Amino acid sequence: MSLLEVKNLKVHFPVKHGLFSRVHAYVKAVDDVSLTIEPGETLGLVGESGCGKTTLGRAIIRLIEPTSGQVIFNGEDITALRGSDLRQRRRGFQMIFQDPYGSLNPRMTVEQIIGEAIDIHKLAETPAARRARINELLQAVGLNTTHAQRYPHEFSGGQRQRIGIARALAVEPRLIVCDEPVSALDVSVQAQIINLLMDLQQQRGLTYLFIAHDLAVVEHISRRVMVMYLGKVVEIAEAKELVRSPKHPYTEALLSAVPVVDPVSKRKRIVLPGDVPSPINPPPGCNFHPRCPKVMDICKVEMPPLREISPGHWVACHVAQNEAGLKPLSESPATPVVL
Amino acid sequence: MTDNHTLLDIRGLKLEFGTSDRPLRAVDGVSFTIKEGETVCLVGESGCGKSVTALSIARLVPTPPARYVGGEILLQHRDVLKMSKRDLRNIRGGVVSYIFQEPSSSLNPVFRVGNQIKESLKLHRPDAATADEVIRLLKLVGIPAPESRMRDYPHQLSGGMQQRVMIAMALASHPKLLVADEPTTALDVTIQAQIIELLRDLKQRLGMSMLLITHNLGIVGDIADRVAVMYAGQIVELAPANELLAKPLHPYTQALMNSVPKLGSEAARLTAIPGNVPNLGAFPSGCRFHPRCPKARFDCPERPPELIEVQPGRWVRCYYWDAPLPEPHQALNPNNPALIQARKNQSGPDRPRPAETKPIA
Repeated sequence: MSLLEVKNLKVHFPVKHGLFSRVHAYVKAVDDVSLTIEPGETLGLVGESGCGKTTLGRAIIRLIEPTSGQVIFNGEDITALRGSDLRQRRRGFQMIFQDPYGSLNPRMTVEQIIGEAIDIHKLAETPAARRARINELLQAVGLNTTHAQRYPHEFSGGQRQRIGIARALAVEPRLIVCDEPVSALDVSVQAQIINLLMDLQQQRGLTYLFIAHDLAVVEHISRRVMVMYLGKVVEIAEAKELVRSPKHPYTEALLSAVPVVDPVSKRKRIVLPGDVPSPINPPPGCNFHPRCPKVMDICKVEMPPLREISPGHWVACHVAQNEAGLKPLSESPATPVVL
Repeated sequence: MTDNHTLLDIRGLKLEFGTSDRPLRAVDGVSFTIKEGETVCLVGESGCGKSVTALSIARLVPTPPARYVGGEILLQHRDVLKMSKRDLRNIRGGVVSYIFQEPSSSLNPVFRVGNQIKESLKLHRPDAATADEVIRLLKLVGIPAPESRMRDYPHQLSGGMQQRVMIAMALASHPKLLVADEPTTALDVTIQAQIIELLRDLKQRLGMSMLLITHNLGIVGDIADRVAVMYAGQIVELAPANELLAKPLHPYTQALMNSVPKLGSEAARLTAIPGNVPNLGAFPSGCRFHPRCPKARFDCPERPPELIEVQPGRWVRCYYWDAPLPEPHQALNPNNPALIQARKNQSGPDRPRPAETKPIA
């Protein structure tokens, strides 16, 4: 059984203007996203800023209320849970945030930060057990037990991120949503945190949803990778497969845009024209068609569905689906809706 | 080292912050040159002094709090550190232009972008301060429909477009040297690729020199002729870009390259650099990298190494750059985590990438 199953999740934010705050339009930050994560696996989630990857991560652990759709965690639908029920279930899924400076309360000591989670879920019966638990967590993330009495400002960025990881681990979660956990860190420290996350996963059987914009980092840590563009999933595949043979033109461009250290392996770079369009008023048909180098007529009219073109490799692209020999779902392409 | 084609020659630059009884030396003896038409990259992590070095070229670091305590910055054979205010005003923009990391905070939010570009023209090329010239510049940096875009306010443009406006503004005064301080760090990967392509294209068409500051070694391979790697206020390695990327010589450069995951690599584990970037004012003694270095030996904390030319054009600040990993009796600390990790990589099957140096015959 999958640990996490997300079905047709939508998060639409209303855009309000004017005197009476009338709703003019919706930002479709996450638009009909479905995914599953198996126990012990890491699913990578990549995309550019504004593609909805953080919103998706937050909606899954109910920090943002989804507009519609279902989040099924460990066989139980958590989308409708409220109050103490939800708080209880939250023990199973935690989050690590991007900004190690903003996500720790500057007025609390490390012991208080980690202890708060232990107190809320009543995981320690005596003060001694609580202290022992905190010390054990600090050691697990590579910090010193003497650090417990210090405040966040006394630590470097990498150490703060370790505190954030210890806080997430305090309640023994099964799923951790890592939202850009290394992008605010120095290059030489990033590798330490990535190695730590992978070690902890092995020791504790954790499951990660790993959100990042750096494809090389995501490929390194994930078993499968999901690519998002403008609120929609455009491609899901095994990490190695996605990097070796990307099928969606957006994934191809994203991969080719990653600067490569190795001067010998100069690949042809695909430079996409233009910017990511506004999610308030996305282009008709395929969201990506105005920037797509392979655009066909049908792309301007019909949104391609996400379909499996080879085992485990899902793509939402008419071109890739044609090449894979899939027949269009509807024989007569839908006529454009004139507004 | 100076010849007629040298545009910029920085010699032994030393810059301090803090009080005179407890100075914090942010830049400690940095020397490098930029020739006409050449692109040099300064690479390093936060706090290594790369931005302060770049800002010093037009003396943009406010004094106080900063103090220049040594060295000279020869821009077109004249020392910037001794220039009068009037001369400084002429070279700022006239000879050196800057673009910064965060375009949205570099642009003035209450003026239309066209007027902001025109302001630069009025100062440096008063004859050319026309709408036509603004449109030409916006076209040059690849902004579509420049006639209408020039009437936009900065918030109406995306991050990539704002950075293009910044570049147009920097180019308006026909500078000899463009200093780009992390110009793509705030941008998405696909937009980053656009801006790097643009800079490379402009450099070729306009024959400018460029100093690019970045922490991303990948960008170096795309655009640089030569690279200077900085660590804790000093240049630790200076070399032609393709040679440095193919075979880094300094242990820090090697470690930095090994710590980044590479697309399509099979390595199961990243080679992390243990420890943290040292803080300003708390730089280790001797070689400043020794607490994190796999090759650290007994004398590394005692003798500060000099930057020496080990091969033509290749400068390294390390005594043991061509020595093998130290044996336990030679190592500063036989339990050094960096050394243990490096040994494992050397023998292990999942060695990520051969970056170990061999002695040059």
